[in-house]
Amino acid sequence: MQTFNYVKAPNIDKALTGLGSGKFIAGGTTLVDLMKLDVERPSTLVDINVLALDKIEKLPDGGLRIGALVRNSDLAWNADVQKSYAVLSQALLSGASPQLRNMATTGGNLMQRTRCAYFREPSAGTPGGYGCNKRTPGTGCAAMDGFNRTHAILGTSEHCIATHPSDMCVAMAALEAVIHVEGPKGKRTIAFADFHKLPGDTPHIENALEPGELITFVDLPKPVEGARSVYLKLRDRASYEFALASAAVVAKVEGGHIRYVRVALGGVGTKPWRSHEAEATLNGKPAHAAAFRAAAEAALATAKPRSDNAFKVELAKRCLTRTLKLATA
Amino acid sequence: MAMDTLPHAAGIIGAVVPRIDGPLKTTGTARYAVDHNFPGLVHAVAVQSTVGSGSIRTLDTAAAEKMPGVLLVLHHGNMKGAYRLFPHQDDATISEARPPFEDEKIYYWGQFVALVVAETLEQAGAAASAVRVEYDAQAPDVRTDLSAGFTGTRQSSWKRGDPDQALTTAPVVVDETYATPVETHNPMEMHGTVAVWEGDHLTLYESSQGVVNHRIVMAEVLGVPRENVRVISRFIGSGFGGKLFPWPQSTLAAVAARNLNRPVKLSVDRRMMFSNVGHRPHTQQRIRLGAAPDGKLTAIRHDFFTETSMLDDFVEHCGEQTPFLYSCPNLEVTTGMVRRNVGAPAPMRGPGAVPGLFALESAMDELAIKLKMDPLELRLKNDAERDEGTNRPFSSRHLKECYLTGAEKIGWKQRTPEPGSMRRDGKYIGWGLAGASWAAARIPCTATVELCPNGRICVRCATQDIGTGTYTIFAQVMQAKTGVPLDRIDVFLGDTSLPDGPTSGGSMVTSAVLPAATSAANEAVTRLLNIATLTAGSPFAGAKADTLTVSHARIHAKDQPASSGIAFEEVIRMANLSGITAAGKTIPSWEDPKARDFSMHSFGAHFAEVEWEPEIARIRVSRIFSIFDCGRIINKGAGANQILGAAVMGVGMALFEDTVHDPRTGQPINGSFADYLVTTCADLPALDVTFLDYPDLLVNEYGARGIGEIGMAGVAPAITSAVYHATGIRVRELPIRIEDLLQSKILEV
Ligand SMILES: Cc1cc2nc3c(=O)[nH]c(=O)nc-3n(C[C@H](O)[C@H](O)[C@H](O)COP(=O)(O)OP(=O)(O)OC[C@H]3O[C@@H](n4cnc5c(N)ncnc54)[C@H](O)[C@@H]3O)c2cc1C
Ligand code: SF4
Repeated sequence: MQTFNYVKAPNIDKALTGLGSGKFIAGGTTLVDLMKLDVERPSTLVDINVLALDKIEKLPDGGLRIGALVRNSDLAWNADVQKSYAVLSQALLSGASPQLRNMATTGGNLMQRTRCAYFREPSAGTPGGYGCNKRTPGTGCAAMDGFNRTHAILGTSEHCIATHPSDMCVAMAALEAVIHVEGPKGKRTIAFADFHKLPGDTPHIENALEPGELITFVDLPKPVEGARSVYLKLRDRASYEFALASAAVVAKVEGGHIRYVRVALGGVGTKPWRSHEAEATLNGKPAHAAAFRAAAEAALATAKPRSDNAFKVELAKRCLTRTLKLATA
Repeated sequence: MAMDTLPHAAGIIGAVVPRIDGPLKTTGTARYAVDHNFPGLVHAVAVQSTVGSGSIRTLDTAAAEKMPGVLLVLHHGNMKGAYRLFPHQDDATISEARPPFEDEKIYYWGQFVALVVAETLEQAGAAASAVRVEYDAQAPDVRTDLSAGFTGTRQSSWKRGDPDQALTTAPVVVDETYATPVETHNPMEMHGTVAVWEGDHLTLYESSQGVVNHRIVMAEVLGVPRENVRVISRFIGSGFGGKLFPWPQSTLAAVAARNLNRPVKLSVDRRMMFSNVGHRPHTQQRIRLGAAPDGKLTAIRHDFFTETSMLDDFVEHCGEQTPFLYSCPNLEVTTGMVRRNVGAPAPMRGPGAVPGLFALESAMDELAIKLKMDPLELRLKNDAERDEGTNRPFSSRHLKECYLTGAEKIGWKQRTPEPGSMRRDGKYIGWGLAGASWAAARIPCTATVELCPNGRICVRCATQDIGTGTYTIFAQVMQAKTGVPLDRIDVFLGDTSLPDGPTSGGSMVTSAVLPAATSAANEAVTRLLNIATLTAGSPFAGAKADTLTVSHARIHAKDQPASSGIAFEEVIRMANLSGITAAGKTIPSWEDPKARDFSMHSFGAHFAEVEWEPEIARIRVSRIFSIFDCGRIINKGAGANQILGAAVMGVGMALFEDTVHDPRTGQPINGSFADYLVTTCADLPALDVTFLDYPDLLVNEYGARGIGEIGMAGVAPAITSAVYHATGIRVRELPIRIEDLLQSKILEV
């Protein structure tokens, strides 16, 4: 770990002006971990924990506004979230451990970084270390021909196959959340689908935040009347493990037919993976097994497995099929 | 439960006794190795090799040495005063024969190449990452196929009859290869050392499963007389075998402390746990079984490879149980030791037996299927009445009863053999069983018991409590012998200044300490009673000592109640003694004419149930019944705890644990608690432990054998057999993976 400065920001303005080339720290569960591994080496930490961004509020249009500092556990157990956005509560509770969820924040979760083992090696991307284009562009990708059982099969590039690890984000992708940010140039909103970036040939650029921008809120649109939502996470052990495949589904069935559906996958994509292909397959179809499996086939049609993660293709299909069944039951 | 035939049966022996050290641990007041701090103490951080094979070309410490607080950077260029342990030393064992920094060679990824000592841990850590090392790297050999390129010779360790001939004529044959991965010991407390020199005397605060061994090793390695070295390890956050023998961090801390003449603290971190301080090595085991159509075994061949490091000859003795678990006239067990660029392996809970029985018991399940026979039936049919390996009678073997009890508990009669034929609550279920065994012996031990004038008893022994309840066992014996309550008994362990005690390994501590403790207690009581008859003013002055006894902490006439006598400490005070001390000793079983002609082993069986949801390829272990024949259980609480904990580890072995080495660097690439999966609470099945509790009186007067390791043997094959029963998939290479289960043809409920 490198020496760094630490400042506590009393308000948003001070947080923005005090940042310089530093980093915001919220729960610290990603950032401190990566600092200890020398992956993150911020010169300054701006502690944003006292900012008034820790509320969950109903919006006039029926949506829900979540402050960037709302802890994952508070969000998961919030009554409105449990009632109207069950998929989000379930996703949060399937992630990490109670201790981590008590610290982890909404903003931090959006920003969490991949669990690729090579990326997390202190010397990755430096001479003598593993190649990692995310750490240092142009150094290669050690995972490509290394241990890649947990890596992505969707949205990969020849430069990076790192999985986006978040559960929360998968639910938010299906809920079509909107992210509010505030920065040196003012306030703006970013549609959830535009927030996380595909690796392409710039895997070190992970999201749409401009330098110095702070996430302030995440808005969830008004719940779809009559829809149900479900999150299902599959992994080796029953708890405290990132997804090998997960699915978030929001669906509404009328007269036995699917009238509204949003599908997102986790554990398989380089970003939280909204599947328009699956949605297109399902829209208007009778809600039963054949349609679900067809949607799963469509969602994974472009999957590109590597040596160790081919099983994820079938696992993700089964995961989505089951989630669709649960959400439309 | 077996009939109780013992005079001590009533009372504390065999009861559920909470650990006397429990409050110290739960309140955080127990001090573990690296909790020790001293004035002037400084911190060391090791630098690890980033290549898996080769040699150091240049090692540049200039930048590190200039950093704040840095006091010393040790490496192969300036290391002095670390020697090899005499290779044939008969009373001590070291984990890695090569002293750290002996030369510039690299044998495995993560090998220590330098040590930075600084005033603070942060300074040492920062400087450690500033040490620049360049390597002439070679491709490391971490191939997981152990037969690949094997050119060594196979050792035959057991042979009887003509197994090859018997296999060619056997009507039914199973011939399969089973593999177990590298599993890493992950106790909560990591290895750590605080080294303190006073002149030429060294005290090491260690996390050690064997302080006596540790002292002998470190004396030789550091070139100082044994009596100048003291090793203290009062509490251990468990070891699972990884802390049996010293590792390089202990040498490094001692050498650095000697160089600086200041106390040095050095702890390995969680990442280093995966590369530097032992693991259960890969095994690859070919099992061939021949049987008659009625299931009677006619041949067993167990030919296995075990992986070791480049420099140390560690063998995972997978075939240890094979010669005596079943009755079979033709048998051979052979071993092939295979070198890879990995750190030295180490014993891990149930070494040999755990992977070995995974293979043997899996093959037995496969044989039962081929024979269309119930796997329980097959076990009962081939049960051995005598140890056919050593040709000796068993001191006590009730494996059949373990099986029958387990079958009753799970309701085995309802089992239908077809894979996927049993369902419950919309899920498929599968049942499997497997047997377990582990050696018992009485190993040497000494202990002293002191009856104190303040009414307390002090017991002293240089064995250690690795979290298993050894402190409590000593206290139980003292209470059984004197009636002094547990809160007036002080047990001192884990310190080489105490009378020599055994290493906490091989599940042999309980059986070893009991005779020493009981004989010391008996002798102390005899001395006390003699003093009572000889001391003026004692109510028993002039009485015959053999008419007296001690109970309820009081001396009284044998034919009178305890209330008639006096508190034992009054006599000690009347006689103006500082205390009454007696020593006790355990004669090893191999020197005991009554015991040495017997085969002494514990036995057990696990019955596992799994639930299978094919729709999402999810397997979960739902129930395990464990029935064990481990002699008499001295503390049913701590005893059950051992079997439960071992079953939990067994679930991890079956389903999760696998240290993966990157083929290019040889690095254990999943070396963290987030990436190396161990069982979590959410994975726990309902666990049910039964002890048959037959005393094995050839082992000691209470009839106790050990229980620390056996519980893990047999769990994995019971689970893989249950998985086969539920899914139709036979997993021969652990752990069981979703990848395997996705192949199941048992799909819709
Ligand atoms: C062992 C372990 C297991 C885990 N398992 C799971 C799991 O199963 N599923 C899962 O989804 N997650 C899991 N996590 C990840 C966890 O959810 C994230 O670490 C957490 O959500 C991050 O939130 P934080 O507040 O601690 O972020 P921090 O660590 O404080 O910050 C993370 C990053 O976000 C930036 N940041 C924080 N807040 C803001 C803001 N308001 N605006 C702009 N930038 C900001 C920081 O600068 C930093 O770069 C696990 C983590 C660990 C350590
Ligand atoms: S997958 Fe991405 S993060 Fe992992 S090594 Fe390759 S480039 Fe780096």
